[in-house]
Amino acid sequence: MSARRLPLWEVFIRSRRGLDHKHVGSLHAADPEQAMQAARDTYTRRQEGVSIWIVRAEDIHASQSDDAQAFFDPAEDKVYRHPTFYDVPEDLKL
Amino acid sequence: MPPISSPGAEARFDATIAAEEKIEPRDWMPEKYRRNLVRQISQHAHSEVVGQLPEGNWITRAPTLRRKATLLAKVQDEAGHGLYLYSAAETLGVSREQMQDDLLSGRAKYASIFNYPSLTWADVGAIGWLVDGAAIVNQISLCRTSYGPYARALVRICKEESFHMRQGFEIMQTLCGGTSEQKAMAQDALDRWWWPTLMMFGPHDAESAHSQQSMQWKIKRQSNDELRQKFVDQSVAQAEHLGLVLPDSDLKWNAARDHYDFGAIDWDEFQRVLNGGGHCNRSRIKARRDADQDGEWVREAMLTYADKQRARAVEDAA
Ligand SMILES: [Fe+2]
Ligand SMILES: [Fe+2]
Repeated sequence: MSARRLPLWEVFIRSRRGLDHKHVGSLHAADPEQAMQAARDTYTRRQEGVSIWIVRAEDIHASQSDDAQAFFDPAEDKVYRHPTFYDVPEDLKL
Repeated sequence: MPPISSPGAEARFDATIAAEEKIEPRDWMPEKYRRNLVRQISQHAHSEVVGQLPEGNWITRAPTLRRKATLLAKVQDEAGHGLYLYSAAETLGVSREQMQDDLLSGRAKYASIFNYPSLTWADVGAIGWLVDGAAIVNQISLCRTSYGPYARALVRICKEESFHMRQGFEIMQTLCGGTSEQKAMAQDALDRWWWPTLMMFGPHDAESAHSQQSMQWKIKRQSNDELRQKFVDQSVAQAEHLGLVLPDSDLKWNAARDHYDFGAIDWDEFQRVLNGGGHCNRSRIKARRDADQDGEWVREAMLTYADKQRARAVEDAA
């Protein structure tokens, strides 16, 4: 058995022009070209997309779920960032 | 990676536009379409960034903690809008440094309205109500622009904008419900900001240099005059609610047009301010140059820190 492993790639698909690419899953392949082919065969067999991005999984840096509270909570009490916070008439196109 | 030109590329581009589909970064596009977009999106970005300055001027002097938190959050949003838009422009192959240089050297323009000074606290109300109100009218229309990354940035921006106008109107409402001096302050701010706000929509359609081509390519979806009319129409009832008078003696309802008629815009003033003759042109650019220079050591430190972290990781691994 080979000691070398095929690296992991994350796959992002744009389902229609105008929309963002969305993460759909991942796959193993040796290089971007193979990954692209495999992504097409795996994730767009029913015309799910018009464009594919593939990114080496190891190149993705994610926020830590352990830190989520400290990371995201500061936004919790900033209700003034939302339009409903303001006391203005609703019928004036504001 | 430059879009690849192939036979039929232009026909495909035209068909995509005609079908109300979006053009995406890797698509082939006419060079003029690309340049037109770079100009519009970068100008839009510069306006968001420079637009922080008139209101930023009042953050430390906001009358209450509530107003201060709000104003800080609003100005912070505008910085973010600048970022979304610069990123959209970068997908067209122009670098952030180039756009920044163009702003600092005066080659690139930004919305002329930000060359007017914010003299009193009421100006913060008037800016939110009118300037953000006008920006929203314009930006909602632009959400249907033909370039995908620009359209997506605008959707995000419009969502965030919704509180900007309301907080400004609320300030005006509070002033108008206050003492006679406070109400006079609100009227004074309205008097000074009304006409420059109407100029924000740009020259009349017949005189607008880039408009026609932009409309054909669906970069712009509604004309300057159409959008300006929409803004005037919505502002009348808002001013009435505040008990303020829009400073235009020609303003009156036209039943035949189903719109308000309004007075002539002073285009000489518009040109003068656009070409550097406004109250704050020099101080706005100076503020941006200072920010660039003062931030230099921070960017340098960030890079040096990252270099050291990398070197340490290599050492640890060895
Ligand atoms: Fe904005
Ligand atoms: Fe805004």
